[in-house]
Amino acid sequence: MQALTTRSKQVSRKPMSIMEKLFLPAIAKGMAVTFSHIFKKQPTIRYPEQKRPFSPVFRGLHVLNRDEEGRERCTACGLCAVACPAEAITMEAAERLPGEENLYREEKYAAKYEINMLRCIFCGLCEEACPKDAIYLSETFAPANFTRKGFIYGKDALLIPDAKQDPEGYAKAIGLNEPTTASPNN
Amino acid sequence: MALLSIDWLILIEKLILIAIIVFASLGIALYTTFAERKVAAILQDRPGPSRVGPFGLFQPLADGLKLIMKEEIIPNSSSKFLFILGPGLAMTAALMTCAVIPWSSHVEAFGRSIDLQIADINIGILYVFGVVSLGVYGIMIGGWASNNKFSLMAALRGASQAISYELAMGLALIAILMISGSLSLKTIVEQQIGAGHMWNFAYQPLGFLIFFICAMAECNRTPFDLPEAENELNFGYHQEYSSMKLGFYLFAEYVNMIMSSAIMASLYFGGYDIPFFDEKSVAPNIAAILGVAALLTKIVIFIFVFMWIRWTIPRFRYDQLMNLGWKTLIPLALVNMLLTGAFILWQQG
Repeated sequence: MQALTTRSKQVSRKPMSIMEKLFLPAIAKGMAVTFSHIFKKQPTIRYPEQKRPFSPVFRGLHVLNRDEEGRERCTACGLCAVACPAEAITMEAAERLPGEENLYREEKYAAKYEINMLRCIFCGLCEEACPKDAIYLSETFAPANFTRKGFIYGKDALLIPDAKQDPEGYAKAIGLNEPTTASPNN
Repeated sequence: MALLSIDWLILIEKLILIAIIVFASLGIALYTTFAERKVAAILQDRPGPSRVGPFGLFQPLADGLKLIMKEEIIPNSSSKFLFILGPGLAMTAALMTCAVIPWSSHVEAFGRSIDLQIADINIGILYVFGVVSLGVYGIMIGGWASNNKFSLMAALRGASQAISYELAMGLALIAILMISGSLSLKTIVEQQIGAGHMWNFAYQPLGFLIFFICAMAECNRTPFDLPEAENELNFGYHQEYSSMKLGFYLFAEYVNMIMSSAIMASLYFGGYDIPFFDEKSVAPNIAAILGVAALLTKIVIFIFVFMWIRWTIPRFRYDQLMNLGWKTLIPLALVNMLLTGAFILWQQG
């Protein structure tokens, strides 16, 4: 009969020798092993102080981008919501009024833009679908929250701070403060 | 008038000594729990508790606070008096041992010579044995009073384990008594310090090994922690306990560990003796303090070995435990006793 697996091993059932019955040599060997671990390097990363680097292709929390003049790029076309396999994105469009040209890049903008971070699977399809380069996945991740509602991120959380007016907030949103395996040049 | 002729100062002296020793034992036990977690972590390449205070040094205080603040649950179907008595008994029995341990020679203060031992009774070792056997009542009563089948099973195991290993322990000890000819711990320690005399470990290596294994079994330490075998008995005899009552049980284990380390150091490793150092060359007070430090160092080393073994060896199976106790350790201890007797006869004759 053919064996069910090639990895089976015959268990030795022979009675223990006197040395084995003493247990002591084996115990001494085991204790030497544990003692040697005192001198080994700990692989622990002490989390809030130390962080593991992200890879440059890490797909984290979304940001809504601005253009060079600090205007919102999103035109509320809805392509990201259509592309989203988890149906995490909802938005409401509004028309740009005269005098708001310094706020919004196009004549139409997203008055409401919400992503449910509990639904989101961080696949990055919204990023690929966006014709205006408005939505990006940063190198940060969603912090913990006490309620489900707290995970529905609105425009106030998603919209990236202006790089010129608030460079610190901009760096934080995009994940520049996080350690990364990417070289600083790219 | 006989009552009035008692030296009343000795009562105050002993009360202070008792307070110091009991609180010191509890304090050391507190930090032994911390050391246990730290040693376990280091042996497993982890950093261990490191958040509370510098290097996590306040962790035991946080643990104690947590245990006190937790809800106290007494099961409805338990026998209430015994349920409360159990942890108290375990703790009391653990602490009572420290009465006969000679912590050092004597201190000279206020024109008096104060022995650093609560009671130098001439049957010190018998007293230790009596108290150690009392310790198992804490487990038995706790397990019985919980009215839980797992607790009861654990209590049964604990009792049978303690009884089996006390036998071998006593037999190993008889060999020591044959050498020293005294039951007083102070005399045994002083004999080892005396000139031309080595530590008892040199004469009784096999006896020490048996005693050490039995001490580990008596303290319910891994590899002999069958009364709290988590995988078979959930949590063992203290399964129904919560809050500080559980804390007392866990704590008593550490106090037991310290006390058995102190007794092993006294019986086999010269107690408060500092090796290769003549205590008479310094002032008696300094010698006494150095002696306490020496004994504490030995205790710490023993405790580390206890922990080192715990985090190396898996638990014995119940039949293996009984086989080891009855079929290996007791015959070995008997052989050890015979050899010692023959040696003493040969030396005399």
